[in-house]
Amino acid sequence: MGTLMEIKDLTKRYGHKTVLDNISLSLESGKIVGLLGPNGCGKTTLMKVLTGLIKDYTGTVLIDGQEPGVYTKSIISYLPDKEYFSGNKRPSDMFDLFEEFYTDFDRKKAENMLVDFDLDPMQKMKTMSLGMQEKLQIALVMARNAKVYLLDEPLGGIDPLSRDKILNTILRNYSENALVIISTHLIHDVETIFDSVLMIRRGNLIVNKQVDEIRAESGKSIEEFFKEVF
Amino acid sequence: MSIVFSQNSPIYLQLVEIMKLKIVIGVWPVGEKVNSVRDLALLFEVNPNTMQRALAELERQGFLYAERTAGRYVTKDQQLIEDTRHGMAEAYIVDFCENMKELGYSKDQIIDLIIKEAK
Repeated sequence: MGTLMEIKDLTKRYGHKTVLDNISLSLESGKIVGLLGPNGCGKTTLMKVLTGLIKDYTGTVLIDGQEPGVYTKSIISYLPDKEYFSGNKRPSDMFDLFEEFYTDFDRKKAENMLVDFDLDPMQKMKTMSLGMQEKLQIALVMARNAKVYLLDEPLGGIDPLSRDKILNTILRNYSENALVIISTHLIHDVETIFDSVLMIRRGNLIVNKQVDEIRAESGKSIEEFFKEVF
Repeated sequence: MSIVFSQNSPIYLQLVEIMKLKIVIGVWPVGEKVNSVRDLALLFEVNPNTMQRALAELERQGFLYAERTAGRYVTKDQQLIEDTRHGMAEAYIVDFCENMKELGYSKDQIIDLIIKEAK
C-alpha cells in the first residue's frame, strides 16, 4: 500500500461558476472509496479531471506520481456515467476492442463476468435493457488489471439483484495494489464495501473519513450521516 | 449471505459479534481453519480492510489465533467459548426480563410462562 492519488488545491471553473473549489486529498492503494454528493455537486467533474478528460483546471493532480496523461490513462479504468457504445455492437466486439486498446484487459475474466451476469456475448447492444448494458460496462471496466478504477454511478439503473452481483464483482476484484473510487447516491446499499467516503457539496470537499470512524463518532450509518450533512 | 447491519455502530464491531456467535454455536468448529480475509469479505459483502480489522479484533480477544503463514484458526480454549456463551445467554435473559417487566409481568408470572413455553 502507498499513496496512489494526490490532489492539491484542485479548482475547476466553468466561466464564473466554480465546480470544484480548492480540493485537496490523498488516497492509498488497497482502498475502496465512496464519492458522495447530490447531483451537480462536482462528482463527475472530479472523475473527468482524474481521467484526463478535463485539462483546464488549476492545482496539482498526481496519479501514481504523474499528472493525468498518457501514462495515467493506461492505469485508470473508467466507467463513465453514460453508455458509450453503438447499438450494433455485441459484447464480443467490445471485448475485441478492449483487447486492442488495453494491454491489461483480461478477456477470460470479462467472459466469466458475462456468464455471471447472465448476458449473451452475441446479443446486440441495442436489444439490451439499460441494466444489461450497465452490467456489460462493469464487466469491461473491472476486467482490466488497472491501478485505479473510477466508477461513476455504476448502480444507476440497476435492479437490486444485479446490484448485489455488481458489488460482489467489485469485492471479488479487490486488490491491495489498486484504488477503487465509486460515485453513487445509493449509499445504503453500498456503504459496507467502502473504507472511507468523500462528500462533496457545491464543489467543496466537506468530509473525507473512514466509514467506521463516522459510525463510531456520530452513532449513525453513512446514509443518515449524509442526510444530516446535506 | 446478506447481512443486515445495524445503523449505529461500526461495521467491524458488528462483524466481530456475528463471527463470535458462529464460534460459540459451533458453526465455526474449535481448532478449525477460518476462510481467508478475501473470502470472508465476499461472504459478508463487506470491505476486505474492514474484515481484516474484525479478524484482528477476534484474535486480540482470543477467539482466533494465527499460525504464522497458514492462516487463522478458531481457538481451542473451550472455557473462553463456554464463558462467552453464558455471557450471551445472560444478556438475552436480562433483555427478556426487562421487556416482560415493562409489559407488567411479575417475576413469578414470568417463570410460570417460561415453564409453560418450555413444555
